[in-house]
Amino acid sequence: MHDLTAKQLTLGGVVLALLVALPLLVPSPFFQHVMIITFMFAMCGVAWNVMGGYAGMFSFGQVAFFGIGAYTSSFLLLTFQVSPWIGLLAGGVISAILAAAIGYPCSNLRGHYFAIASIAFGEIIRIVFNNWHLVGAAEGLTIPMLKESLGNFMFHSSKLPYYYIMLAFLLLAIAVCWWVSASKMGYYFRAIKESHEVAEVLGVNVVRFRLYAIMISAFLTSFAGTFYAQYILYIDPESVMILPISVQIVLVAMLGGASTVLGPVFGAAILIPLSEYSRAFLGYKGTGVDMIVYGTLITIISMYQPNGVWGAIVERLRKGGK
Amino acid sequence: MSATLMLDVQGVSKYFGGLQANEDVSFQVNQGEIVSIIGPNGAGKSTLFSCITGFHQVDKGRIFFNGREITNHKPHRIGALGIARTFQIVQVISDMTVRENVMTGGFLRHTRVADVRRKAEEVLTFAGLIEKRDYNALALTISDKKRLEVSMALAMEPRLLMLDESMAGLTVVELREMIELIRKVRSSGVTVVVVEHVMEAVMELSDRVVVLNSGRKIVEGPPKEVVVNPEVIRAYLGERYHAVRK
Repeated sequence: MHDLTAKQLTLGGVVLALLVALPLLVPSPFFQHVMIITFMFAMCGVAWNVMGGYAGMFSFGQVAFFGIGAYTSSFLLLTFQVSPWIGLLAGGVISAILAAAIGYPCSNLRGHYFAIASIAFGEIIRIVFNNWHLVGAAEGLTIPMLKESLGNFMFHSSKLPYYYIMLAFLLLAIAVCWWVSASKMGYYFRAIKESHEVAEVLGVNVVRFRLYAIMISAFLTSFAGTFYAQYILYIDPESVMILPISVQIVLVAMLGGASTVLGPVFGAAILIPLSEYSRAFLGYKGTGVDMIVYGTLITIISMYQPNGVWGAIVERLRKGGK
Repeated sequence: MSATLMLDVQGVSKYFGGLQANEDVSFQVNQGEIVSIIGPNGAGKSTLFSCITGFHQVDKGRIFFNGREITNHKPHRIGALGIARTFQIVQVISDMTVRENVMTGGFLRHTRVADVRRKAEEVLTFAGLIEKRDYNALALTISDKKRLEVSMALAMEPRLLMLDESMAGLTVVELREMIELIRKVRSSGVTVVVVEHVMEAVMELSDRVVVLNSGRKIVEGPPKEVVVNPEVIRAYLGERYHAVRK
């Protein structure tokens, strides 16, 4: 399962080449924007999957790490003129440390209780940032305009560089998730998801490996947050720390196919364009039709493909292959 | 047999509120032995098992393994020291194949995936499950699931294997196979402790039998002596039956 065959590598290469060529073939800025946001949520979904899909910790608080990624790089850039690339790493490290700090006391929480705690965590972080004057409180932070360059992580004339950077981030997340899933860690995560008792009996230090999962997930999610800040150039708690973002991340992973490396990517590829386009074409009427369409689709997928879209495809391929 | 002491349980007591699940239980297991723990339902066998493997905190008493104290250590640390166990209700990892399940146990001693896979296949061949290595764990029969659970434990390369009712619910043929497997495990140099209800297996396998009743050890000895012991008969069949036989 984890050994990549030549066929899979070729297929992956073709898809990647298509994704690289796509924005050159379709110059519409809105289309490019939708793709960028899709990649971003795909990355968050892949990161969520490491802790949620593999290790069974259903986090509805991922937005905290997304927000901290956005705030860390923006604050460092605004206050100390630190390059966003360094801010990106700093945000990742801070997120991972915070994730361990909150994850450790939650070591015994499972299932619904973990989910509830994660919602509370996300909300606490949002409220703290909403009232913390050092980081702009409710007014948020406006990222200063710098000269357009890769070093400054800032581009004004075209969305293309953002597109390629986000694609590279997504590939990084996929690579990390693939490596985790194929290694000792991945096996231990799946044992922990089955039950703490089974894992402990097999010699797994459950507390430690749960923290590994949370920290990897937080680190990657934080990258997406920094990217978002550099892309939109304005952040406040209401745009980067609200619960609906966490929910969106969970939906992307679950509907795409949790505990598969590529599931969240498919989830994002279906949900995010649907959400963005339905809002663009139906949202302005103010009737909520876009949300109705969106909600109906989520209901249908979860009713008929409980393993997610990608999960169903993998299942079919496996059966066909035998 | 020159006996090397492996597991030393000294006066272990365990209470759940007012209920005494184990009261002052002591017994020893020597290297290379197969020791059975038997007793009527509710005698405290599984509790004792869980105390030894760190799943329950012991209230009184001490437990030593190869001379090291393991009283109230965490289960994963006890596993790393060389004690592997199975559960009364079979526990396997449901969204994994048979081989992946065994590999998860193998990662305790090896890190490289290729080494672990080789180890897993070795164990599966040993346990007679190699042909089913790519099955999903949930697709196995109860008997194969029990074999799988033993394989997962063996992949950890334990010194002591503790089996909690591995024979329960097996057909006659499956029972024979399981007894054979446990014999093979012992021959490979692993000491075995079983909690068991199936007397046929206990009689055949055990070097020694420890009998629990109401949380206390009442008798210990070779299987043939234990089953004719009046205390044991009373524990299993009750005072009246015992009186009638007299």
